[in-house]
Amino acid sequence: MKAGTKLKSAVCDTEVMVIRLGEGTIECGGAPMTEDKVAALGELNAGFAAGTLMGKRYVDAAGTFELLCVKPGKGSLSVDGTALSIKDAKPLPASD
Amino acid sequence: MNISLILEMAADAAGDRVGLVCDGKRWTYGALLAAARGAAENIRKSGCEHVALLDESSEAAAIALFGAALAGVPYCPLNYRLADNDLAALLARIAPAVIIGDIDRVNRLCPDAGNLVRTRADFVAEAQAASADAPAEGDEGEGIAIQLFTSGTTAAPKAAILRHSNLLSYILGTVEFGVADEADAALVSVPPYHIAGISALLSSIYSLRRILLLPAFEPEAWIRLAESEGATNAFVVPTMLSRIIDKLEGLTADLSSLRAIAYGGGKMPLEIIDRALDLFPETGFTNAYGLTETSSTVALLGPDEHRAAHKSDDPQVRARLASVGQPLPTVELEIRDEDGQVLPAGERGEIYVRGDQVSGEYKERSALDADGWFPTRDAGWLDEEGYLFLAGRADDVIVRGGENMSPGEIEDVVATHPAIGDSCAVAVPSVEWGEAVGLACVVRPGHQAPSEQALCELIRDRLRSSRVPEKVLFVDELPYNEMGKLLRREVKKLFAD
Repeated sequence: MKAGTKLKSAVCDTEVMVIRLGEGTIECGGAPMTEDKVAALGELNAGFAAGTLMGKRYVDAAGTFELLCVKPGKGSLSVDGTALSIKDAKPLPASD
Repeated sequence: MNISLILEMAADAAGDRVGLVCDGKRWTYGALLAAARGAAENIRKSGCEHVALLDESSEAAAIALFGAALAGVPYCPLNYRLADNDLAALLARIAPAVIIGDIDRVNRLCPDAGNLVRTRADFVAEAQAASADAPAEGDEGEGIAIQLFTSGTTAAPKAAILRHSNLLSYILGTVEFGVADEADAALVSVPPYHIAGISALLSSIYSLRRILLLPAFEPEAWIRLAESEGATNAFVVPTMLSRIIDKLEGLTADLSSLRAIAYGGGKMPLEIIDRALDLFPETGFTNAYGLTETSSTVALLGPDEHRAAHKSDDPQVRARLASVGQPLPTVELEIRDEDGQVLPAGERGEIYVRGDQVSGEYKERSALDADGWFPTRDAGWLDEEGYLFLAGRADDVIVRGGENMSPGEIEDVVATHPAIGDSCAVAVPSVEWGEAVGLACVVRPGHQAPSEQALCELIRDRLRSSRVPEKVLFVDELPYNEMGKLLRREVKKLFAD
C-alpha cells in the first residue's frame, strides 16, 4: 500500500485516503479496512464506535500514520488496535 | 492521490450547495463534479496530452482543471495576454492538446490536427452532455496535475510542473475541510493561468466557500460583484488593490461583508496597504508569499500582524508591514549565501524552501537539491523573530567589481526621498567595474525632479559609495506586467537605448 490509497471500512460507511503510513494494519470499527468494498458489512466493535468525521485527518501518536476521512461513518479508526486521534490543525488565514 | 478528491468531497458533503458563480450563472458542487466527469471522458477520448485554457476565468476553468485531473492529463492554462509569437511557441510545446477558449487564435497560431479546440460554451455543453455516461472513477493521480509556464520576467518561460501530491499537500496542510459558512463567498479576480487563480479554486472548494469569479478585473466590476454577492473573502494582487481603493473614493458602496482580503504576487507599496487598512478597518489583511513552483503560499503575514504594524511606534514592528510574514507550519525556509551556507537573521541571501507542497520541478529538470530544498532565486532576509522580507530576485543582483548588491536596498533608500514615487535599480555595463548601478526613477506627481547629485548623495550617506548609481534616468512610469511584477529586463533596456 502507498500514500494516496483509498480504504473502505468493513463495518460502516467510512472511507479514508491514506496520507502517510508505516507498518501496521489500518482498522475502522475494529475491523481491518480494505481497498475494495466488502460484500456485506460486518459488525461494529463497540470499543471502536465513536464515528469518523468528514474531512478530518486522523493520526497516531508517533505521527507515522495519517488518514483523511473522505466519507464519514459510525466506526472509529485505529492501527493494530490503538485508536487514532483527530489531528489538531492550527487555523491559518485564507491566503488565496 | 488526485486533486479531484477536493471536488468529490465537496460534492459528497454538500452536493446541492452553490460552489461557483460566474456571469450570473450558479453552479452547485454536484453540477461541477458531473461536468468535470463528462469533461474527463471527452479528454480521454481525444487522446490529447495536455488540457489548455486560453480564456478568461469562468466555470470552464474549474471544469477543465478537475476534468483534466480525472483523466490523468496535465492542465495547462495559458496567458492570453501573450503576444502571438510567444503564445505560438507555447502552443507548439503542448500539442496535441484539448484547447478551450479563443479558437480563432489557436487555429491561426497552431493548426495542429491532433488538437481538439473548443469554445468555452461548447466545451462546457459537451462536458455536461457526456456526464451521464462518464465513470465516477478517475485517474490514480500519480502524475502531473498542472503545468504552468512561468511568467519569465528574466528569461524564456519555463514549464513548471505541479504534481497531484504537491497540490493536495498544500490544500490539506492549509485549509480545513468544509470550514466556511454557507453565506461565505470568495471573490476571485486573478487570471486562471496564475497559480493564485488555481489555488483559489482548490482552497475555496475544499473549504466549501462559494467562488465568485470575475472573468476580467476591472475595479468597479469588482466592487459591484463584492457588494451584490456579499463577498466575505478576496484575493488581489497589489495593482488591483490600488485600483480598487482609488475607485472606492468616488463611489458609494457597501463592502461591509468583506472580512478578509489576501494579497500577493508582487511587492505591495507601503502607502497602498496603509490606505487599505484605514479604508477597511474591520477587514483582516493577509500577505501571502509563494511561487508557482511551491504550489502557491509558503509564508504569510496575518491580519493581527498587519494591524499591530499599522499603528505601531516601534520601528521593528512597523517594518513588518513590508514583510511577507512567517513560513507555514508545513514548510521549512532558510536563507543561504552563494556557497549554500545558511545565513543568520538580518543577512540577505537566497530563499530556500522545502516541504511536500514544493515541487521545484520543471518539465526538463528538477531544481531541487539532493536534500529536497528548492532554491527560489528570490533574495530575502529574516528578522530576529523569523519574519521574512523579500529583496528582489537573486538574478537581479548587481555585481560591481566583485561586490554583490541587491537592487532592493538601493530602491528602499531612494523611496525615502519625498519626490520619488517609484524606482528600479539594475545592472548596467561598466568598463571599469564590469557592472555598475543604473537607477530609473519616477517622480511623484506635483513634485520637482531632484537633481541626480541629490539622489547620489542620499544613497552615499545611507549605504556605501559602491551603491551610488553611475546612471540615473527619470521616466514617466516603470514597466510592470499585468500581475504587478516589475519587469527589470525592460528597465535594463532603457539604459541600453
